[in-house]
Amino acid sequence: MTPAEIEALLDGPATALAAAVNAGAVPASELVERALERAARERERLGAFLALTPETARRQARDVARRVAAGEVLPLAGVPLAVKDNINVAGEPSTAGSRILAGFVSPDDATCVARLVAAGCVVVGKANCDEFGMGSSNENSAYGPVRNPWDLSRVPGGSSGGSAAAVASSAAALAIGTDTGGSVRQPAALCGLVGWKPTYGRVSRYGLIAYASSLDQAGALARSVRDAAVAFSVMAGGDERDSTSLSSRVPDVLTGLEVGCEGKRIGVLVEAGAEAGGLHEDVKASFEAAARLFSAKGATVVPISVPRVPLAIPVYYLVATAEASANLARFDGVRYGARVDAPELSSLYRKTRSQGFGAEVKRRILLGTFALSSGYMDAWYGRSMKVRALLSRDFAAAFREVDAILCPTSPEPAFRLGEKTGDPLSMYLADVFTVPASLAGLPAISVPAGFSKEGLPIGMQLIGPHDEEPLLFSLARVLEAGTHASERRPPAP
Amino acid sequence: MSLADWEPVIGLEVHAQLRTKSKAFCGCPVVFGAPPNTAVCPVCLGYPGTLPVLNREMVALALRVMTAMDCTIHERSIFARKNYFYPDLPKGYQISQYDRPLATGGGLEVSAQGRTRRVTLNRIHLEEDAGKSMHEFPWDDVPGGVSLVDLNRAGTPLVEIVTEPDIGSAEEAFDYLGKLRRLVRWVDASDGNMEEGSLRCDANVSVRRKGETRLGTKIEVKNLNSIAHVKKAIEHEFERQVEELEAGRPLRQETRLFDPGAGVTKPMRSKEEAMDYRYFQEPDLGDVVVPPDLLDEVRASMPELPAPRARRLESALGLPAADAETICSARPFADYYESAVAHHAENPKAIANWLLSDLLGRMTDADRLAGRVPLPAAHLAGLVRRIDDGTISGKIAKELLPELIASGKSPDALIDEKGMKQVSDEGPIRDAIAAIVNANPKQVETYRSGKTATFGWFVGQVMKATSGKANPAVVNRLLKEALEG
Ligand SMILES: [Zn+2]
Repeated sequence: MTPAEIEALLDGPATALAAAVNAGAVPASELVERALERAARERERLGAFLALTPETARRQARDVARRVAAGEVLPLAGVPLAVKDNINVAGEPSTAGSRILAGFVSPDDATCVARLVAAGCVVVGKANCDEFGMGSSNENSAYGPVRNPWDLSRVPGGSSGGSAAAVASSAAALAIGTDTGGSVRQPAALCGLVGWKPTYGRVSRYGLIAYASSLDQAGALARSVRDAAVAFSVMAGGDERDSTSLSSRVPDVLTGLEVGCEGKRIGVLVEAGAEAGGLHEDVKASFEAAARLFSAKGATVVPISVPRVPLAIPVYYLVATAEASANLARFDGVRYGARVDAPELSSLYRKTRSQGFGAEVKRRILLGTFALSSGYMDAWYGRSMKVRALLSRDFAAAFREVDAILCPTSPEPAFRLGEKTGDPLSMYLADVFTVPASLAGLPAISVPAGFSKEGLPIGMQLIGPHDEEPLLFSLARVLEAGTHASERRPPAP
Repeated sequence: MSLADWEPVIGLEVHAQLRTKSKAFCGCPVVFGAPPNTAVCPVCLGYPGTLPVLNREMVALALRVMTAMDCTIHERSIFARKNYFYPDLPKGYQISQYDRPLATGGGLEVSAQGRTRRVTLNRIHLEEDAGKSMHEFPWDDVPGGVSLVDLNRAGTPLVEIVTEPDIGSAEEAFDYLGKLRRLVRWVDASDGNMEEGSLRCDANVSVRRKGETRLGTKIEVKNLNSIAHVKKAIEHEFERQVEELEAGRPLRQETRLFDPGAGVTKPMRSKEEAMDYRYFQEPDLGDVVVPPDLLDEVRASMPELPAPRARRLESALGLPAADAETICSARPFADYYESAVAHHAENPKAIANWLLSDLLGRMTDADRLAGRVPLPAAHLAGLVRRIDDGTISGKIAKELLPELIASGKSPDALIDEKGMKQVSDEGPIRDAIAAIVNANPKQVETYRSGKTATFGWFVGQVMKATSGKANPAVVNRLLKEALEG
């Protein structure tokens, strides 16, 4: 293979690249070097990576070469993978985008990483992210922001902004991120990628640095629906190290990927049209076009209401921050990570945490601590949990009417760096359409569905009932094939 | 006014470490006394990305305690996070149970000052232990030393057993703790060792005037490292609180530490500084589900409990209550006793006497707890049988005991070997009596003159002449014949 052909392979779908490696058309060792060069470039240009992992990558590439030579066919053979920095990779640093974990090296692989590596992936780097997954623009990373490859003055979304930028710029063919309230889907939408979060429990959380345990899920970002579906089939499955993982059979998302949408009932989310801040007009246009496309391809498209969707943001910011206030208590400077020494214990805690955490993390710890504190617990956390249960009931009722729900992933395309950093509430509203599925534990996928007049990608989201990932991937495939939005790539560096 | 006008109201919170092989939520072994920070892994160190996985053995052992205390066991209970910062708490929260514990209710019968009543429980719940901190540890030239943390104990499974404020005296508290310790050991759930910390107790003490039904201000007392300390601390706290109140100084809710050296409690922290633990459901663990068949299995595997067993020994075997209670102080000890009785069912009382007077005195407390009696149960039974059938006398049996223990030989073998078999044949005994009567005409005359109290002297002479082997009953009869004609 010529160098140009190798570069084309790295620009193309992960599944095509794996096919070439499995066929022996290109050595994994050669691919990994080119991929590492790209990752180094996008670390500089976009801030997409916090660390490159060349030794791990080369070792994994050698393993792939050996297994392929022995006749094995690996679904993701030699595929360069970016791993969000709040997901553990054995022997590599994990900072979760925080100063407080500076210098921390993970003792073992996250289960989802181990599964992807076993399927042939090669980890090229740890992707930048909002600190502990808290953010919607990747501007909350302690190590600097990430730039959107479609427009370097804009954010890639968050919190998996580095993962999105890495795949959109083809520095990696696949990336994994964590999605607590939309952190995979929203950056996927803003960077023109496919991004999914599974049914809660479908992918193990072991090795994910916890933000909000009852919401956190690992998901993948890819340049095609098929790549994303293969990643799902590899990552999904029960794990005895995660008691909340599902041990039931993993639904098959590959066999029916091309079945289309004929006879399906697709609900257009009424609350999305009525969104208070108003949808960006280009997003609105894509939303309507997507509905028309499904209708044209044989689906029954009807309006559907999930009445408590407007409550999802306040509920999310109480539940998630409450859990975060406990999950982040372990970062005390005693056992690992950064410590600011002090003559006595309480000042060691205070200094380590004051200097180690960024402003948004502190804001959320305080909010969550308040929501759980004596005298306020019932009014805030308690009521939020009740509304959360009611929201799930709303969805259950909606899914008696329709097979899946369609809405925009984000109310607007990528915004400018610094545009919302002064106003946390407007930033929180970026998650208005992604948070509901998280609270209800439902699978959801974001698919490129068009572009704004300024040429920025727009993503549509499909939300399904529990375990209906096969339906979501096949509907995503309809959008992908019908809009051709995935075919356009960001400007080359 | 005096102490007699007041009564203490006591509630106890006991933490019992469960005897699992591994920790509550990871695979680390549960060890005592290992080098610091060697029985640890990323999970119990609270490393980022790790998750707890419930050890089912913990639930099984907890269910034994709950069943033994007749609790209501809930089919579904949940774990909660108890949030606070401390260096020996790696995650910054303890996984515990809060508003939906595994068991509620239940109780334990206690006796104190001649009164027997039932102490009722509020709840028993599951939780993990924290590590250990050592403060002011000498270190090079650091003035005041340093604080060190050992996380070997972090994540060790515990049950917390909480009573209602239901205990009316220090003596009752003392008996409750003794009975509770016996019970957790009895059902093989815990070592119950207060010195090693596998059983720990905090006491909530308040006082009120007799006749009053309202509860007084609750004082929590910590650092109680033995059952005796608990009793002492409660006695002291009762007197202290009454003294304060009678002097017109109202109490405030606080936590106090017991100082065993001085026998007093000292303030630790007041309610104003009290922690807000911000309990909420642990999202990393599912509900604890105890299906009915698991509960049936636990119930079926439970041994006969100490209190009913002692009652049975009393009624079926005729033991005095105190003996039955001592025998049932530890299950292996009671098992030993009943195994001896099984070998010689004719005389359970004599077996109990031998066990409690001659053998128990040669045993340590640990021996008793483990049922390590220095004589095999079959040998004790054999010894008593040979007394009962007249082969040896009780006196000979006592003489034989040290050698029985030392040699490990059976009583029959030793009796044979040493020729200790009791002589019941009248011939040799008559001969010995005749010789003594002939040799001591004066004593015979004294006896015959009415001073029959000298009879014992003649018995002694006969026993001496027969090396103690003569059957005392036969000696008595023949001697009487010889002396009284
Ligand atoms: Zn461990």
